[in-house]
Amino acid sequence: MTVDDDTVRRIAHLARIKIEDSDVAGLRSELSGILDWVEQLNEVDTDGVEPMTRVAAHKLKKRKDVVTDGEMADVVVKNAPFSEDNYYVVPKVIE
Amino acid sequence: MGKAAKEKTNNLMRGADGDWEVIVGLEVHAQVASKSKLFSGSSTGFGAEPNSHVSLVDAAMPGMLPVINEECVAQAIRTGHGLNAKINPYSVFDRKNYFYPDLPQGYQISQFKQPIVGEGTVTIDVDGETREIGVERLHLEQDAGKSIHDQHPDYSYVDLNRSGVALMEIVSKPDLRSSKEAQVYVAKMRTILRYLGTSDGDMDKGNLRADVNVSVRKPGAELGTRCEIKNVNSIRFIGQAIDVEARRQIGILEDGGQITQETRLFDPAKGETRSMRSKEEAHDYRYFPDPDLLPLEISEDYIASLKQGLPELPDEKQARFVNELGLSAYDASVLIAERENANYFEAVAKGRDGKTAANWVINELFGRLNKEGLDISASPVSADQLGGIVDLISEGTISGKIAKDLFEIVWTEGGDPAEIVEARGMKQVTDTGAIEKTVEDVLAANPEKAEQARAKPNLAGWFVGQVMKASGGKANPKVVNDIVKKKLGV
Amino acid sequence: MAELTGLTLSEARQKLRNKDIKAQELTDAFLKEIEAANPDLNAFVAVTAEKAMAQAKEADARLQKGEARDLEGLPIGHKDLYCTEGVTTTACSNILSNFVPGYESTVGANLWGQGAVMLGKLNNDEFAMGSSNESSSHGPVVSPWRRNGKDGTPSDDKLVPGGSSGGSSAAVAADLCLAATATDTGGSIRQPAALTGTVGIKPTYGRCSRWGIVAYASSLDQAGPVARTVEDAAILLGVMAGHDDKDSTSVDMPVPDYSAALGKGVKGLKVGVPEEYRVEGLSDEVDQLWQQGIAWLKDAGAEIKTISLPHTKYALPAYYIVAPAEASSNLARYDGVRYGVRVPGNDIIDTYEKTRQAGFGDEVKRRIMIGTYVLSAGYYDAYYLKAQKVRTLIKQDFDNAWDDVDVVLTPTTPNPAFAFGEKTGDPLEMYLEDIFTVTVNMAGLPGISVPAGLSSQGTPLGLQLIGKPFDETTLFQAGEVLEKAAGPVRVASKWWHGT
Repeated sequence: MTVDDDTVRRIAHLARIKIEDSDVAGLRSELSGILDWVEQLNEVDTDGVEPMTRVAAHKLKKRKDVVTDGEMADVVVKNAPFSEDNYYVVPKVIE
Repeated sequence: MGKAAKEKTNNLMRGADGDWEVIVGLEVHAQVASKSKLFSGSSTGFGAEPNSHVSLVDAAMPGMLPVINEECVAQAIRTGHGLNAKINPYSVFDRKNYFYPDLPQGYQISQFKQPIVGEGTVTIDVDGETREIGVERLHLEQDAGKSIHDQHPDYSYVDLNRSGVALMEIVSKPDLRSSKEAQVYVAKMRTILRYLGTSDGDMDKGNLRADVNVSVRKPGAELGTRCEIKNVNSIRFIGQAIDVEARRQIGILEDGGQITQETRLFDPAKGETRSMRSKEEAHDYRYFPDPDLLPLEISEDYIASLKQGLPELPDEKQARFVNELGLSAYDASVLIAERENANYFEAVAKGRDGKTAANWVINELFGRLNKEGLDISASPVSADQLGGIVDLISEGTISGKIAKDLFEIVWTEGGDPAEIVEARGMKQVTDTGAIEKTVEDVLAANPEKAEQARAKPNLAGWFVGQVMKASGGKANPKVVNDIVKKKLGV
Repeated sequence: MAELTGLTLSEARQKLRNKDIKAQELTDAFLKEIEAANPDLNAFVAVTAEKAMAQAKEADARLQKGEARDLEGLPIGHKDLYCTEGVTTTACSNILSNFVPGYESTVGANLWGQGAVMLGKLNNDEFAMGSSNESSSHGPVVSPWRRNGKDGTPSDDKLVPGGSSGGSSAAVAADLCLAATATDTGGSIRQPAALTGTVGIKPTYGRCSRWGIVAYASSLDQAGPVARTVEDAAILLGVMAGHDDKDSTSVDMPVPDYSAALGKGVKGLKVGVPEEYRVEGLSDEVDQLWQQGIAWLKDAGAEIKTISLPHTKYALPAYYIVAPAEASSNLARYDGVRYGVRVPGNDIIDTYEKTRQAGFGDEVKRRIMIGTYVLSAGYYDAYYLKAQKVRTLIKQDFDNAWDDVDVVLTPTTPNPAFAFGEKTGDPLEMYLEDIFTVTVNMAGLPGISVPAGLSSQGTPLGLQLIGKPFDETTLFQAGEVLEKAAGPVRVASKWWHGT
């Protein structure tokens, strides 16, 4: 599968990774190469095969509805590059 | 399940060149009533200090993993039962991927292709007509945090307290045909949730909100392009937003334009909807099953046990009030709107005439509570006390008028109604001898009026009123009426 | 001092319990080795000397009182993918260069809870994505091994220790710690173990908790040890493993006493040899080593059977769809808002984009983009869904094989250690390193690599045993037989000492 420059830019934006114009060609070629290579999966007949929904053979464990966590505002905010009064601070988001 | 609406002319919106049909679908987001969050053990409590109900998992620290809350699963199933819906024994949690500062993981854990609850119905009564509105599905998902944008020109402040709280997203089929229907639907949904105890439906706190999908079409035509109005947080605004948006779309179409499918916000101050700038780019959510979780499997036994444990639902209660207690459909619907109100009424109605009890609860009690802005839980008159007043009337101990005075006394001063009546001599006078004497006195004092009354019997009412006044309202009005007529000879 | 740092974990444990040596002197010996070697090898990205000595001191007190826990006083290295409380955890990425967690991973807590001493954090490929440890933000790891050069002297070429757990494998091979923790998503424990002559086991998916380990691909990641011997690996895994309520994918099953099972041999064990692993272009020496392994097991009483795992060749391309897809989502949280590095931008989107541009290395970006692409609208069915279906078939291949055999024997890697830069030209070339190991992660099975001999270049080669779910015990038993037959595979000279 060959991807084009527009797709490379769109994917980079979806992934929120800035790429320079000079990066595009290289990324395009690498991604195309990898996607071409994985195309071989089309050789496999998967009709009627279920996708793997669980790796380990057990059931989803549930927990009781009890408050056991939180109450640690200073801890969760401690590593933030920019915080104020225990809020995380980010550049203004326009709705 | 949802049948196409009968085309009622009063549901159509008149445009410049004809009538338009408004098609509405609602996605109601209800916060699940639970102590802790859907996938973490932090508190769901409202109004806490910023980022204090946030754990390492909620903050999406490296290496953190989700663990599901069993009560949230149970609440979703109970709600499904309340909507007469199919509960799916196998459902899957998917990641909905996008970037936003109040979404710490960079994805929301939701359910995409295989939700926990399938199709159901909600019955609504609009202007005397009963309609069944189809529910498409219900799924569990994480709520996002909150961003505050108006505290600083350059910065936004993010609080993750709400992030990870369990939400039920209940999607209706596009069966609604007017803003009124949509409002009634949401109110009914809210009542059902509150009856079940699966959500407190508090729209002021943001625990219940709706995304409203609106499109218009000429009756009989294909469905039009819809727009989604996000996060409408009051029933009043839901109605306004639908009307305003339908008008907007009709205006565009009548001008020969086309509707762009987009996400919009309702601005109540301006009374308009506007496009959401940041959502203009089409979102590619890249849904895939969350590999940190396994599929959710629930046994038929568990599903059945939750159904058995349900309280009586609004529709059932309403039917019982009508069929067993003889109430009108309207009165029954008023009483069942809030479960606490219905419980109060039933306590009053126990062993008494249902209609009388309903009359007193709705007209006297609710009237007074509304006037003072009080909730039933803050009522100074208990169901016992109100029942006591009703008993005194039906025994003939007091008249209807005196009963209202008694109500006022109990409201402001409290006390046992029977004791108050005894203590203050409020008993109805039924002693015919005493009444006869008063009637004769009044007749004797007003000979001209008596003449007129003999000629026109309708005027006898004046005498009845005078006798009632003279007795301080305590005379039995029926007895007075009979004696006045007898004495007048009419 | 070499007498101390050259001990196996089991030997050191015995000597401590016999009071032949003290924990503090053992830890001190390793710290000195690390100081001498790390400028050349770059295996450690952080050395927690003070903390280690404090732990060792406490260990000595307990040993003295006869209150020794399972791993009391034993110094190990800890992969920088595990969150460590109060100690920087970077996942060897610039985006986490300043991150100090306020919490400890469950596996880490299990180890320190049994008295193990943490010498420091070990280097790895950024976010565990790589097979050579050349993509670390802390610089590459140099393998303690060297190829034979001309005229009998070793070549100066810097060799890779494998990846992503390159720091772990290099440190163990160079006697910088008794053993090390590592993680394996497509072969990241087994391949580096094979390339450095050490033992590495990836347990069954769900055997160990993933809580507190920086996630790469959630349905594939597993924690496991790298050690000098099979016995050491068994001891460590026994402590690392166990159910964790905080990890929904961890399995609630008791952990067997792996050490107790050692020495049982392989009499009557049915060993499967999958024909599909004999890939085109398989080098003679790897094939010969494989045959040698078969012979060793047969001599020890095992029954050898040829089996077919028909979908083997599709495991690698399927892996390079599933793993990047999950990674693209797992790494979305690295946005500079709540922790890590932030590069300021004009607005929030610009901030995200610049932060992640600067914070992630090339291989990570590549995989995030592949993952984003294969999940995106219109491509999900063709790629991700397809790969997950192929995964079911790969697992079914093994399920069918377990009807006939108890364990499967393959080479661990197609080649021995290569030199820096030899495989970084084309990403696909590097991906092929994992051709024999990814099947195991895709099927969720346990796999162990045991050093089996040397290549013609004088560098290690390993053999892999793949087992039934939760049958790590058989892997240790069979692994021991191979290990014994192969004899020690040790670095010839500690060239970084200047000798």
